[in-house]
Amino acid sequence: MRNRLLALGLAIVVAAVAGCSSGTQSSSSQSSGQGEKVTLTYGIWDKNQVPAMKKIASAFTESQPNVSVSVQVTPFDSYFTKLQAAATGGQAPDVFWLNGPNFQLYASNGVLQEVKVDAANYPAPLVNLYQFNGKQYGVPKDFDTIGLWYNKKLFDAAKVDYPTADWKWADVQAAAKKLTDPDKGVFGIGAPPAGQENFYNTVFQAGGFVISPDGKRSGYDDPKTIAGLKFWTDLVQAHYSPSMQQMTDTLPLQMFEAGKLAMLYSGSWNATEFAKNTNTKNSVDVAQLPAGDKKATVIHGLGNVVFAKGPHTAEAAAFAEFLGSKQAADIQASTGTVIPAFNGTQQAWVQAFPQYHLQNFLDEVSYAVPFPISKNTAVWNGYETDELTKAWSGSESVEQAAQNLAAKMNEALAKESK
Amino acid sequence: MHGTTEQTGVLQRTGAGQVAEVRRRRPGRFRRQNLLWALLFIGPTAVGLAVFYIWPALRTFYFSFTTWGAFGNYEWSGLANYQELLKDSEVRTAFVNTFWFTILGLLGIPISLVLAAMLSRRGRKGVSAYRTLMFLPVVTMPAAVAIIWRWLYSGDYGIINFLLAKIGIQGTYWLSNPQTALPAVAAVGIWSTIGYNMVILMAGLQAIPGFYYEAAALDGAGPVRQFLSVTIPLLSPTLFFVTVLSVIGSLQTFDLVYVMIGRTNPALPQTRTVVYLFYQKAFIENDRGYAAAIAFALLVVIIIVTAFQFRLQRRWVHYE
Repeated sequence: MRNRLLALGLAIVVAAVAGCSSGTQSSSSQSSGQGEKVTLTYGIWDKNQVPAMKKIASAFTESQPNVSVSVQVTPFDSYFTKLQAAATGGQAPDVFWLNGPNFQLYASNGVLQEVKVDAANYPAPLVNLYQFNGKQYGVPKDFDTIGLWYNKKLFDAAKVDYPTADWKWADVQAAAKKLTDPDKGVFGIGAPPAGQENFYNTVFQAGGFVISPDGKRSGYDDPKTIAGLKFWTDLVQAHYSPSMQQMTDTLPLQMFEAGKLAMLYSGSWNATEFAKNTNTKNSVDVAQLPAGDKKATVIHGLGNVVFAKGPHTAEAAAFAEFLGSKQAADIQASTGTVIPAFNGTQQAWVQAFPQYHLQNFLDEVSYAVPFPISKNTAVWNGYETDELTKAWSGSESVEQAAQNLAAKMNEALAKESK
Repeated sequence: MHGTTEQTGVLQRTGAGQVAEVRRRRPGRFRRQNLLWALLFIGPTAVGLAVFYIWPALRTFYFSFTTWGAFGNYEWSGLANYQELLKDSEVRTAFVNTFWFTILGLLGIPISLVLAAMLSRRGRKGVSAYRTLMFLPVVTMPAAVAIIWRWLYSGDYGIINFLLAKIGIQGTYWLSNPQTALPAVAAVGIWSTIGYNMVILMAGLQAIPGFYYEAAALDGAGPVRQFLSVTIPLLSPTLFFVTVLSVIGSLQTFDLVYVMIGRTNPALPQTRTVVYLFYQKAFIENDRGYAAAIAFALLVVIIIVTAFQFRLQRRWVHYE
């Protein structure tokens, strides 16, 4: 009796231990066997796009009866932590989404397989974004540009003309001044230290740069880059924008949606958000970004990439290419969530929200600048936040903060090339 | 096989003399049998401990001497991480911030003690309701606690500033003002551990025999005198235990800072704790070797502080 109990107990322990280890076994590769059935895994992070992705996958499997695709969603917050661990263990999805800041990290470590892309089909900055050492590793999926969103009601109330494509920096400053109304808690513009949405754009408009084309040197000590930063800190110091502390407590996007901000530089992706909110549904619109020395906007887009160490790279590459096809882009466009990267398929997105002048986002592509990245972008992105918040909160001058940032960033870039 | 086992069981139960006899007869077998049982019961915990704590700790120690690439490729780099650690002003600031969190966290102990003393009086109305209320923050998820407090602390829309405005005080942006952010987060830390400390202290209070108080009362000691001369000395072992745990907990502060402060907060440099820095280096900047060195530096500090406390306890802790 006792021995049996003992044996049972031991069995439970053994099973528990075995259970711990069995989790690491591959789940995706069930190849061979009958008829070469192949299941591809497709890793994405946006659950709003799952229906479109599934539709595209089933369109692909129609022509490839032996292949099935399983879409795996991981929330963005944990997407890259999980993906990195999976890639380290050789278990990453066969095809997955990647963004600019993370791309070179994966490409430079041999995680990605080269793919065939017809560059003429997509805006050039997007094709270039997913090139590393002259090789193409990603198929452009979608893109976003930044526009000047404004609240028409606040403009009407302050009797200010709506922004146009001819606006310059001075026009923004003048309008922000007129629109600011401390008694009502209304500010002319939201000026948080956000790279993609704010200061990258103005840095490029001023003729500056964030990182040198060879990826070895920071641009933050360049006077023109500093001018691009100063555009924002001046707005904060003049109190035409909420203070750094206020914007930490309540996000500028929330203030804009609550009708407390008259202008906000923000992405094309917010069209969906504004159209859903009853406050902004019909009272906001968008214009092209005002020009500094020249016109510029940051363009960024996701890419579909193939895991080089997966079990079915041939099928995976075929799927990635299909994801970059016109057929796939049309399916994406019809759902209205993002702007597809494939040239000529973007009109459906513009028409999904007729109340806004979304064509501006597409017109901006002609002078768009690619999102600045390097091999380990996350490191100096962190330094940007650390150092530039000091300039924004006024505890350091812009020049000082930018110099410190350049020094730290150069150090990080030197480490990358080792 | 079967028979003998059951026999052993019976013999064991019949009395000490006979157990001794069994031992004399088959010492090896009896011991082996017991050892097996002991292992069976300790086994799962021991395996868990070894796999999820001891092995990772040893690996972390090893990794602190390596430099990592993003995808698990690492190479031996000797003491380089530790050399950089000593020069890094970010690390120094993080330790200073953590130190302040720890000091402020200790304020929670006297508060817990007073509450425990008040809520230990039997027969007061609603005592158990108050006990539940005080303990509630302990069973609430830290992330949820942090989000609620972020609302309370909000500069423009928070209830704290709303109430302060009623009495004519202009509140600040508590969590993004570099001067107030650390105390504000520490206050939430205290608030959420008071219940836990209180329960342990109440258990300690109940172990103090009533006759000490009777004797003290006969000698003319009032409630305050009784508290200072009877309660505190007799409770000192429990107080010591609570202090050690509180200090270790504070030295590992992470979740509240992570949720309440966040990445783009201008007050982050003034509130970034050691564990937050570890997280940032390991999981945002992919510098795992350096992060491991930070984790080990923290372990060393915790060991030193705790050893120091054990030294100090000889001065103030009375064991009956």
